[in-house]
Parts: sequence; structure tokens; C-alpha cells
Amino acid sequence: MNSHSTPSAAATPRRTIDIVNLSLKRRYRAERRFRFYGLAAIVLSMVFLALLFVSIVGKGYSAFWQTSVRLTVFFDPEVLKQDTLVNADYAALVRESLFKAFPQVEGRQDKRQLNALVSSGAVYQLRSMALKDPDLIGRTIDVWLPAAADVDMLVKGHFRRDLPEGERRVSDQQIDWIDRLEAEGRLERKFNTAFLTAGDSREPELAGIWGAVSGSFFTLLITLVLSFPIGVASAVYLEEFAKKNRWTDLIEVNINNLAAVPSIVFGLLGLAVFLNFFGLPRSAPLVGGLVLTLMTLPTIIIASRSALQAVPPSIREAALGVGASRMQMVVHHVLPLALPGMLTGAIIGMARALGESAPLLMIGMVAFIVDIPKGVTDPATVLPVQIYLWADSPERAFVERTSAAIMVLLAFLVVMNAGAIILRKKFERRW
Amino acid sequence: MAPVSLLVVLLALSTAAYFFGRRKAFALDGRAEGAVKMHSRPTYHGALTALWCALPALLIFGIWLAFESQVITQLVVKDMPESIRSLPADRLSLVINDIRNIESGNFVSQTSNPAMQAAADHYRSLRSISRHALAVITIALMVAAALFVRSRISFRLRARNHVEGILTVILVACSTIAIFTTIGIILSVLYEAIRFFKVIPITDFLFGLDWSPQMAIRADQVGSSGAFGAVPVFLGTALISAIAMVVAVPVGLMSAIYLSEYAGKRLRAVAKPLIEVLAGIPTVVYGFFAALTVAPFIREAGGVLGLSVASESALAAGLVMGIMIIPFMSSLSDDFINAVPQSLRDGSYSLGATQSETIRKVVLPAAIPGIIGGVLLAVSRAIGETMIVVMAAGLSANLTINPLKAVTTVTVQIVTLLIGDQEFDSPKTLAAFALGLVLFIVTLCLNIIALYVVRKYREQYE
Repeated sequence: MNSHSTPSAAATPRRTIDIVNLSLKRRYRAERRFRFYGLAAIVLSMVFLALLFVSIVGKGYSAFWQTSVRLTVFFDPEVLKQDTLVNADYAALVRESLFKAFPQVEGRQDKRQLNALVSSGAVYQLRSMALKDPDLIGRTIDVWLPAAADVDMLVKGHFRRDLPEGERRVSDQQIDWIDRLEAEGRLERKFNTAFLTAGDSREPELAGIWGAVSGSFFTLLITLVLSFPIGVASAVYLEEFAKKNRWTDLIEVNINNLAAVPSIVFGLLGLAVFLNFFGLPRSAPLVGGLVLTLMTLPTIIIASRSALQAVPPSIREAALGVGASRMQMVVHHVLPLALPGMLTGAIIGMARALGESAPLLMIGMVAFIVDIPKGVTDPATVLPVQIYLWADSPERAFVERTSAAIMVLLAFLVVMNAGAIILRKKFERRW
Repeated sequence: MAPVSLLVVLLALSTAAYFFGRRKAFALDGRAEGAVKMHSRPTYHGALTALWCALPALLIFGIWLAFESQVITQLVVKDMPESIRSLPADRLSLVINDIRNIESGNFVSQTSNPAMQAAADHYRSLRSISRHALAVITIALMVAAALFVRSRISFRLRARNHVEGILTVILVACSTIAIFTTIGIILSVLYEAIRFFKVIPITDFLFGLDWSPQMAIRADQVGSSGAFGAVPVFLGTALISAIAMVVAVPVGLMSAIYLSEYAGKRLRAVAKPLIEVLAGIPTVVYGFFAALTVAPFIREAGGVLGLSVASESALAAGLVMGIMIIPFMSSLSDDFINAVPQSLRDGSYSLGATQSETIRKVVLPAAIPGIIGGVLLAVSRAIGETMIVVMAAGLSANLTINPLKAVTTVTVQIVTLLIGDQEFDSPKTLAAFALGLVLFIVTLCLNIIALYVVRKYREQYE
């Protein structure tokens, strides 16, 4: 510690211990400062994490509830002729029941404003009711219909009522109607099943994540089916069979590099090779799965190799000693012991693939798709891309839904990672 | 027959072939007398039958489907009227696209055109023929292969060695996929990039100061010439990555030091997994956080201080990207710090150094090569990170190093140039591949250097 022992001008101590003692105060201060920096770094990361979660949960939790309006609907036989039940003018039914609830509303402008209170999805709900139970026709019943997104936002308090009318998406008159509906008990917040069961929509109150979740499922299915066997096979070859030479070195360097290549480059590969060269369909989970397979392979190979390395050599030697062939040794003894570790790696790789969106943007999985995909070649989008699409939408109601979709995505990730941890805890063996 | 159901049939047939072969082997084994014994156990005979049944058929299945649409397109184009065939390549590809769209029942602009409709019908019938042919060929091949192998099953057949040989070939094939992926990336990106450089000279691309990749749809359009000077894009990438590093390196390094040198067991048990959680969050979530929480906050904070901050400022994107990289930096540094032998620390303590002096003057210098490798890997991740910048950084290329202005990055440009329908021949879309090539080369160099440094460092203390 030469730099600290420079004697100060005031006193010139003779013994080393005095020099050291003089500098101790300053050195301990430096020690405390350093410790503080370390602690601050950890606290800072924790604060970031907390902020992230608080901001997302705070914005998103309310999306799981959706405002509904109870209207007294008369299933008018005049409007609903049997032969055109599918194409009938259900919007007229909604209009009529609204006018009945607010008989004093006059004038086109006002009537249009009144109609805007109920979501355009109400039409589909009435239609499916009428199609399911044609006996409803001619009867008058109370129906809970989804409210428009703006009403929902106002009821949830995301729109400020004290702004001047011009800066609000909801007019004074509409607020008045909403308050009256609420006072009559015709306005209620119900669990938002549409959000979990519907496909995408331009209307926030009708948009759901099920289409994206199915798309993610099919994409991950392809990824898992391809990347796990291929990854395990490569790991087994490299660990158990390959001789150490130039060729295996090349493969190893390649795998390590691929693990660090930006994901978007895999998207470019998918676009150029799978779409343009092989002519596979755009936006399909099949192509998404292929691209993600190439992307997750390095992760799975690296994890599988370390699982194989953890199996002690004595197992291999014992198997070979009783006359097993190399392949029998691997398949009968080494693989079963390494499998939990490999599965853990596979789950972690799948979790990463589930959160990946950049390469999928390249292969057209960003399209606006309402239908729920039924197979691996149907156009689809995935959960993170759905989040990206919604995040771009200007409506306030989509902010809420984006956050809620993120919560669902994070929930899936937590479940997958927890599964990996449990698997590791349960099957981890210390040799 | 749809490919998926054909695949199911193929798998079912191979399973059947397994039992088919195994039964014959069992029957033979039952007749074995005295010293004569089967060379391999019956399951190996079954496996051999199944493998020969499945592999050639699957190979044909894959190759057939991979090239089917190309071949059919060629055939359809050949039978089209002369007027369409003689179209230039880019118009022809549009026509082919339309035909495919009509065929799959989508709405297109020229639905009423009878020639197109006929071509689409032709396409459909050819594909139906192709699918039937594929089904017949593969199933026939499987049956033939199964029968042949079964007829060869005997006492002497070395089924186990055959099976193991085939499995080894499969293992080798799987391990080469990594190499093919790399080759595929290089070839596809390079090929399109070279086409781009034929239109725009490479020097203009690498050293030009103006980036506005708008190509004219009509010749007389205003602002019709696109500019492809990528320097502003590179500078924007560097700026955002630098901001990210300023956040991630000190925080990641200090938290790693604290966790491995100071923290007690309990703090470590809580803090380490929590930092790992940051690593598991998808980048699209960070992007959302940056765009909706951090960027408005920075803009308002700037407003309070009297600074004008762009709503898509580089600072917001860089800051959030830094947060994303903290766990990466921290876990790498943790590894390297732990790899420093305890004896070095003990030596330092015995000379009377305090803990922080030991860390700063002994542990860190010993770990510095590894940490530098880690920083390089982190830089490569920052450069290649896409979703955060797509959602939180700007689109217009400004030549500035002011972190409060909006800048754009390589990945943002790739995404915006390639999203949506594109024709594949305009320089606008090809520019994305040129940017991709630069991105790939830069990250590859960083990775190779970093992995080399890290490997050398690890060997040092092993």
C-alpha cells in the first residue's frame, strides 16, 4: 500500500505503524464508501425491478374487469325474420333498447352519442343468443352487454372528469347517462372473459389474447418438437462420441457464436430462406417455430452438454465393463441420468422462445389476425408480438390491455421457470 | 392428403414396422437350437425395420415439401399466356403472389381476371396431384423397405450394429445443424446485401451521412430518390448502446462484487434470484416500460429542468436497455470474480489491506480480462437488441450524439424496412439485409473476441 504511506507535511512519524494508523481513518472511509456503492447497485436493480412490476400491474390489473350495461332487449320478430337470422339487424335491437332506457333523448347527434355507449360487440352477443335459442324471438329480457371502451375507461377512472369537454373522449351528456345507468344498477364491472377467450380486435373491449396464446402454443410446439431431439442428439454426439479434432472444434465455436447472434438475424434468415426460398406460408407458426428452433438450439445444446458432463465417468466405465456398446451405454445409462438436466435446459430455452418477438416480426407474424389459429399453417401471431401490436395502439383502453397481456405472459414465464427449478431440485443428484 | 395427416400415417406405419420386424425375430429366436443364437436381440431387428421404413420416407417427404411450391410455380408460369411470361422479374413475382392468394382464397386486386383464375386453378390441381403422388410414393417406399428388411432378418443379421451405425449418422447430422445455420445466415444475408450493393455503392452505404430509405413508387414522385448513407444509423446504435453500458457496467459489476464479496448468505439468497428475474423478462416488456413509463418521465423531468427532450429520446431507450443488461453483466462478473483464487485475497489481507482495497487492487485486476470479455458480450447484446429500441427509439435518422434527441438504430431500421408486404427487389428492402450483414459481422467479431478472451481467462486459473 505504498500510495497511502506518503507522510503528511504536518507530522513526520518515525514508525510504520504510525503511518498506517494515520491513514486508517481515510481507508476505512473508502471501505465504507465502496460497500455503499455495492449495496446501492443492488438496491438500484431491485428498484428497477419493482418499478417495472408496479407500473405494469398498476396499469394492467383493471383489464381483467370489464364494464357491462344491462339493457332490456326486445327480440323484435319484425327485425329477426327466421330465414335471415344470421344477417339480421341486431344493431337495431340495441338501439331500440337504449332509446327505451332514455326516452327523452332526441335528435340524431344525441342518439348517436347514446349508441356509442354500448360496444359494437353487443351485436355479436345478441346474434349468438338468438341463433342458439330461437325461442327468444318475441320476448323481452334483460341482457348484460359490453360497454364501449370509453365508458369502461371512464368508469374505471382512467379518464379525468374535470377536464374541459373538448379534451375528453366522453362528452358531458354521456357522463350524465353513465352516472344514471350506474345509479339504476344497470352498469356493473364483471370479470372480463372476452379478454381471455377472444382473438384480436380493433375494439379494445372486444380484443382478447386467446388467438395470440394459441399462436404461441403452436409455435412453441414446433420449436419443442424440433429443438429438443436435435439439441440432445448434438450434445450426445459432441460429448460422448466425437473425437477432439478440428471438425468438432468448428462445431463448438459455431454453437457458442450462434448463442450470441442477435435474434433479429435469425429473423432475416427465416425471411430469406424459409419464406422466399422454400415458399413456406407467411405469418405461420410453422415458420415461427423453425426460426425459434434455430435460435434456441444453442441454448439447449449447451445445457444438455453440461448435464452430460455432470454424469460421472464411473457410470460409463461400469456399463462398458459389463460389455455394453458405446451406444447402449449412452442410451441405457447416461441419458436417463442426464435427462432431468436436459429437460431443465429445454424449459429455460422454451421460456426464452416464448418471450421472443424480434425474429417473428421479420416473418410476418405481426399481421392483424382476428381468427384463432387452428393449426401450424394458419396465420397467427404470438403473445409478445400481440403486446407489441397493442402497445402501438393509441387508445387508452389498449394500454390497460397491453399491461394485462404482459401480466399473462409473465405468468406463463413464471410457471415455466418454476417448473424448471422444481425439476432441478427434485432430480438433481450430487455424485 | 394434407402433409400433417401424411406425417401421422408415416409415423404410424414405422411403429407398425417395428412390431412387424420384431415378431419375425422373436419367431426365429423361438426356433433357435443349441449353439446357434441370434446375433442381436429382437428389439434391434424391430428398430432396424422401423428406421429403414421411416428415414427414407421422411427424407423424401421433407425435400418434396420444401421444393414443391417452387416447382409448381415454374410449371404454372410455363403454361401462362405469353404476355404474362414476358413480364420483368419483379412484376412476374407480383403476379405469382396474386395467383397464390387467389388459390388460398384470399382477396386480391385482380380477382376478376380469368387468366389469373385459370392459373390459380391450375396451381391448385397441380398441388393436389403433387400431394397425392407424395402420399403414394412415400407409403409404397415404406412398405417396400419394411418388407425388404424383414426378409433379411436372420440369425446372422447384425441388427444392433446396423441400428447403432444409423443412430450415429443421425447424431452427426444433428450436430452439423449449427454449422448449416451459420452458413445459411451468412449466405442469405450476404446474397441480398450484394444485390443491394449493386444498386447503392458500398462506400455510399458505409460512409454516407444521409439516411432516408424512401424509394419512389412512381418516377415523378416528390423526394423520389432514397438516400442510403448509414452513418447516422450506426451512430444512433452506438449512442444508445453507450448509454446502456454506462448504466449496466457499473451497476452490474458493483452488484456482483457486493454479492460475492460482502453479502451474507441471506441477502445473497434473495438478491441473486431477483436480479436473475430481470434477465428473464421478455424484451418486449422492457420496450413497453421504456415507451410508456420511462420516456414520459424523462421528458417531464427534462421539462422541469428546462431541457427539451424528444418523446423518443435515446436516453430512455438506452437507460432501459441498460437495466435489461444488468443481470447479464452481473452474472458474468460474478463468475469471473469467483474464479479468482482465494489465496490471492488471503495474501492481500495478510499484508493488512482492507476488503475494498483487496477487491480493487487484487481481485479486479486479476479478473479484468474476463470482465472485459463480459463487457464485449454485453455490447454485442446491446447492439443487437431489437424490441426495446423498436418501441422506444425513433425512426428518423438524426446525426447527433445528444442523448435527449431521438435517434434510430440498425435493428429499428431493419424492422421498419421489412415489416409488412414488401416486394423483394427494391433497394429499400434489400437495405435491411445490408444492415443485417453489418450487424452480424460486428456482433460476430465482438463475440469471437469476447469468447476467446473469456476462454483464455478461464484456463488461467483452472
